[in-house]
This record gives sequence, structure tokens and C-alpha cells, in this order.
Amino acid sequence: MYIAASRTSDLAAGTDRKPALKRVSANVVALGMVSLVTDVSSEMVTAVLPLYLVLGLGLNPLQFGLLDGLYAGATALVRVAGGHLADRWRRLKAVAGFGYGLSAVCKLGLVAAGSSVAAIGVVLAADRTGKGLRTAPRDALISLSSTPDALGRSFGVHRALDTVGAFLGPLVAMAVLALSLGSYTSVFFTSFCVAAIAVLLLALFVKDHPGGVDRAAVSLRMTANLLKQSGFRRVTLWAAVLGLVTVGDSFVYLVLQRRWEIAATFFPLLPLGTAGVYLVLAVPLGKLADRVGRWPVFLGGHGALCLALVLLCGPQAGIWLAVVALGLHGVFYAATDGVLMAAAGPLIPRDLRATGMAVVQTGQAVARMLSSVLFGLAWTLWDLRPAVLAAAACLALVALAAAYAKPVRP
Amino acid sequence: VKKLVLALLGTVLLIAAAVVYTVSARHGTAAAEPAAQLTLSPGQLLFRDTATGRVGTLSQEKRQLSGLKCDRFAVAKQTAVCLAVRPGTLPAVTDVLVLDDHLAVRHTEALPGTPSRARVSPDGKRVYWTLFVTGDSYSQTGFSTRAGLYEVDTGRLVKTIEELPVFVDGRRYFAADVNYWGITFAPDGNRFYATLGSKGKTYLVEADYQRYRGKTLRENVECPSLSPDATRIAFKKKTGEGVWRLSVLDLKTMQETELAEQRSVDDQALWQDDHTVLYGLDNAVWAVPADGSGAPRELARNAASPAVTG
Repeated sequence: MYIAASRTSDLAAGTDRKPALKRVSANVVALGMVSLVTDVSSEMVTAVLPLYLVLGLGLNPLQFGLLDGLYAGATALVRVAGGHLADRWRRLKAVAGFGYGLSAVCKLGLVAAGSSVAAIGVVLAADRTGKGLRTAPRDALISLSSTPDALGRSFGVHRALDTVGAFLGPLVAMAVLALSLGSYTSVFFTSFCVAAIAVLLLALFVKDHPGGVDRAAVSLRMTANLLKQSGFRRVTLWAAVLGLVTVGDSFVYLVLQRRWEIAATFFPLLPLGTAGVYLVLAVPLGKLADRVGRWPVFLGGHGALCLALVLLCGPQAGIWLAVVALGLHGVFYAATDGVLMAAAGPLIPRDLRATGMAVVQTGQAVARMLSSVLFGLAWTLWDLRPAVLAAAACLALVALAAAYAKPVRP
Repeated sequence: VKKLVLALLGTVLLIAAAVVYTVSARHGTAAAEPAAQLTLSPGQLLFRDTATGRVGTLSQEKRQLSGLKCDRFAVAKQTAVCLAVRPGTLPAVTDVLVLDDHLAVRHTEALPGTPSRARVSPDGKRVYWTLFVTGDSYSQTGFSTRAGLYEVDTGRLVKTIEELPVFVDGRRYFAADVNYWGITFAPDGNRFYATLGSKGKTYLVEADYQRYRGKTLRENVECPSLSPDATRIAFKKKTGEGVWRLSVLDLKTMQETELAEQRSVDDQALWQDDHTVLYGLDNAVWAVPADGSGAPRELARNAASPAVTG
């Protein structure tokens, strides 16, 4: 325990001057491939689920929206549980694998659930649980498989691969629908097969990091103590506060659509625009974060979002304004999503890596949910532009404060 | 090397399983019995057969199915409308098919969204519809609705009536989240009603098509359907989250009458005549008296989207 902890703190302090690996470790690439294939599977379902529920089953769409929001909240808590168990049992790979497996089986569950709305609800809840369980152990594995000075690059590679999967998913779903003449169960079954491939890849190619301590060492108390450690606590706190003033994706797209009157047919392409930029910039910005510091890049990403919001309120005339705004939104993702994990990783002892990452992610996720509610309220009360400008102003203020606070030493 | 072989083998097997499943589903959905030739001759009850998705009718207790596949179907006079989702489109695209009295396609419009409601004006000169559009609302999986219409004679298309200037309590209403659904036209082909949803409230809007403006009459009236004599509106009244009660509003007295159907109905009602209202519920088409008396009666099993020729 002593050796592991002291080594970690050495690494965190940046005293370890090993030459940087030119390329990311094979384990990170393997995890990236698992995420890619899994994302193909899950995005297939996400793409057809609303259609299936409303057209196939005659469910009221508004009810579905309510249901969905509820699940998003529940996963936040499951995530911490997944991280804690993975650390406690010293089995990051097994817990992540269970999460991937559970989500895979749920795709078959959708086939089996048939037209029972209650059964579909249960299956969807289990699916989200699987997603919640696997996230933190997977990110912990990525961080433990990389040298500390290449963390940004590693997370960049992983997130880029992940995004490729998100691109392919809807395309595969379309192909299956076309081939099966509109059979939704075919989409679910294919999604299961794809998810099973991902689990197979995980089992065969991902290496676990067992660590050097006995099981009893990781207790709930240690998890609580984690928050007493000032560096970690400050990152968690600042990530959450920034999350609170971050305008959610769907709002950004909605503002774009409202102000530029983008035809509904093109509307679903907007997230692809963000994802495209994210895909291209994830690795370069990760590398940049390794060089100039992760916190500045993380805050820079929020700056990009702030700029995007201001542009969205600008003159409607130039369509290029909309394109630039969308690009900046992609920059925001590339500079924040993986980079935050890279920033937080070294601050967490190896034995508690999964738990710690889950705590940071959960704090951010809960804050963003709250921000969605607040922004929705502001929109309704003040109308679109005032709400967006207010959000941009809050974001700028908090980002400046966070730059001043510098919770992560370079 | 052994791992690579295992991975490849597993991947190939799983992909093969997916392909086999998908292709066999194709045969399941494609299997079709010979289609009957239906026309819009008066006095028929047409509906969507939910097992096949095809438009059919009952003739001497025997079900006759046409070759036409629709998710929503409606008729009036010599005009019919069929809303059908194009298979394999993501995001969904709906074909709005305008049909003549032999159910032959006169005109097609492809619009984004999935079918919700469809109707033809009593004079047969306009068809109108409501589509669910994904991703338009701020909860990511949320839907919004878009109601549009097509003039059969002139070929004019109104993709959405969202721009209709509308007055609430005499004041022009502006909001970013205006949504319309469930249009119904009067026999004069000019006056129409629709549901306006905004900021968590729903209103019954009465509008003038020529002058293109409308005003709200009442709250909490969804999916209006005007009676053939144009004196009453059948609608669904929200009584809880996702629960609606079928009711009739008298436009002269503004009195509401709850109908005998106790279950929650999420459909735009259809007047069979001035005394009876039809609707789809639990995979069947039902009829209930329009004055609140009597009890619901099942007209056809495995059926939805009723349409009455006259």
C-alpha cells in the first residue's frame, strides 16, 4: 500500500521523468475498440427506440421523455457504486465487463419484452445500469494503462474511437431497417450481436490492473477520505460548478435550429457536426493538454462553448456563424470530456482510481442535469436570447474563477 | 494469435446470426395475401389492419384488405389520405399520400417525422395531418408535433401551421415553443380548429383559413374533431399525466359532456354521424354515443385509424 501510494504521488507531482511513450498503450486501444463496437450497438437502439415506442407500440412520446429523464438521474448513482465495487474487489475489468454484458443482454430483453411497456421500462433501466457500472472502471483502466504524462493523449484516442462508433450506429440501424423492411426486432437483435462482439473483444484483449494491495484495504471510509484530499476535492467541485453553468447539447442544437430555421430533416445532422469535430480534435487536444496542462485546456473548452453561445445570439444573416458555433461546440467536447479524466486521474491513488473517477463524473453529470432544468426555466421565462446570453455570462464568470483557482497544479 | 482467431471466429458467427435474423424478418414482413380492390363507395367503415398495416374494411363480417399500407388513414368525399413511414429512414420520413376514390395515389409529399393524426376536410378539398418530430424539443428524446395541410385542388402545401397568428384573450400570442396538433375543418372549408400547445398548456384554437388567423377558445382541449353538423367538438381532455377522457364540447353553450368511455383514449375521435363517435383503443376500433349515454361498443378487432365513407 505504501509503495503504491507513494509512487502515485510521485507521478502526480510530475517528478517521474520517464520518456513519454510515442504511442498509447495497447490496452487503451483495446478499450477504445470495445467502446467503438459498443457504441455502434447502443446508438443503433437509441436511433430507433423513439420510433419503435411511438409507432410500433403507440406509446405517447411525452411519457417516454419523462421516463428517459428519470433513468439519466439513476445512472449517476450506479456509476459511483460501479467504481467503488471495482476498486474494492480489485477487478476493474470484471466490473466493466459485467456492465458491458448487462447492456448486451438487455438488447435481447427488448426483443423479448414485445409490446409490454412495463417490461420495456425495466429493460431500459437495466441497460442504463450497465452503462453506469462500466464507465468508471473503464476510465480507471485507461488511466492506469497510460503513463501520467500521456494521459491526455490516451483519453483522446479512446474518445475518438468511441465517437466513431456513435457515427456508425445509426447507419447500421438504417441498413438493418432497410434490409428487414422495417423490422425493429431485427435492429435489437443485431444490436445484441454487435454488443456481444464488444464483450468478446474485452474478454480477449483488455488486460486488468490487479494492483498490489489486498482487498480489505479499500473500504467505504477510504472513499470518503478521498474527498478530504484537497486536490481531488477541488477538481470535483470545480467540475461540478462548471457543469452547473454548461448549456446542454440539445439546447445548443435547438437554439441553432430556432434561429437559423434549419429544416427538420437536417436537424439530426447537427449532433453529427459536433461529433465530427470532436472526433478530429480529441487526440490533438489531448496531446496539447499533456503539454501545456490539462486544466487550461479544460477551461479553454468551456471558453469555446461560451463563444459558441455568444455567436448563437449574433446576427442571423451568416450561415457560417452557425457552422462556426457548431465547430466550437465540438471543440468544447474535445477539450473537456477526456481531458477532465486525464486531469483528475493523477490526483487519485491507484487503488481508488475507479471510485474517484466515478465521483468526478457523477458530480458533473448531476450538475449538468440541474443546469438543463434551470436553462429550460430561463428559456420559458425570459425567452431564447436573454436565456442564452445569461448562460454565456455565467459560464464566462465561473470559468474565469476556475482559472484563478487552479485546482490542478501543472 | 489464438486470441485473434477466437475474436475473428466469434465476430463472424455473431454477424452471421444478425444477418440471418434480419433477412428472415424480411420474409415475415413481406408475406402478403392477395389484395382486395377497395373503393370509397358510401357507407363503409375503413380502418388500418394492425396485423399487416394495410387498409381494410369488413364486408359481411369478413375482413377485406387492400394493398395499401398506412400508419394513419382518413377519408372524406372522394379523397383519402394515407400517412406511411418510409422503412429504413432515420430520422424518420413520412410519406403523405393523397388518394382518389379508388385508393390510387394522386399526390405524394415526403415530410420529416412519424405519423400521429390524419384527416380530410368534409368537402374533400384539403388533407391535413400531424407528425411527431424528434429532436425538436429540448429533452433529447422529447418529441414535438408539427401539423400541416395540403390543398388537393391547388396543390398548395403548408408544411406547418406554426406561423398562424393566434390571439389569447384578445392579445397576440408569441412563444418559442408553439406546437400544433389535431386539425379539424368545418364543412365550409374555411373555419378550422386545432390544439395549440405552449409552455405546458394546451388550448383549443378556432381559426379562419382565408384570413389566416386564430384565437383560443378554451384550455385543455386536445385533438378536436368537429361534428358533421359543425355544432360540437369531440376531443380528449387531459385528466392526469398521460390519461385522457373522451368528451364532447357544445360550441353554442360551451358545455362539456364526458362520454361513456371510461378508459383513457389517446386518439383524434371521428364522427360516424351526428350521434356517434369512433376511436381507436387497445388495438380495436370502438364506437360510443356522442351525448354521454350508452356504453362503448367494439366495431373491429386488430384495427386502428377508423375512417367512414359517406
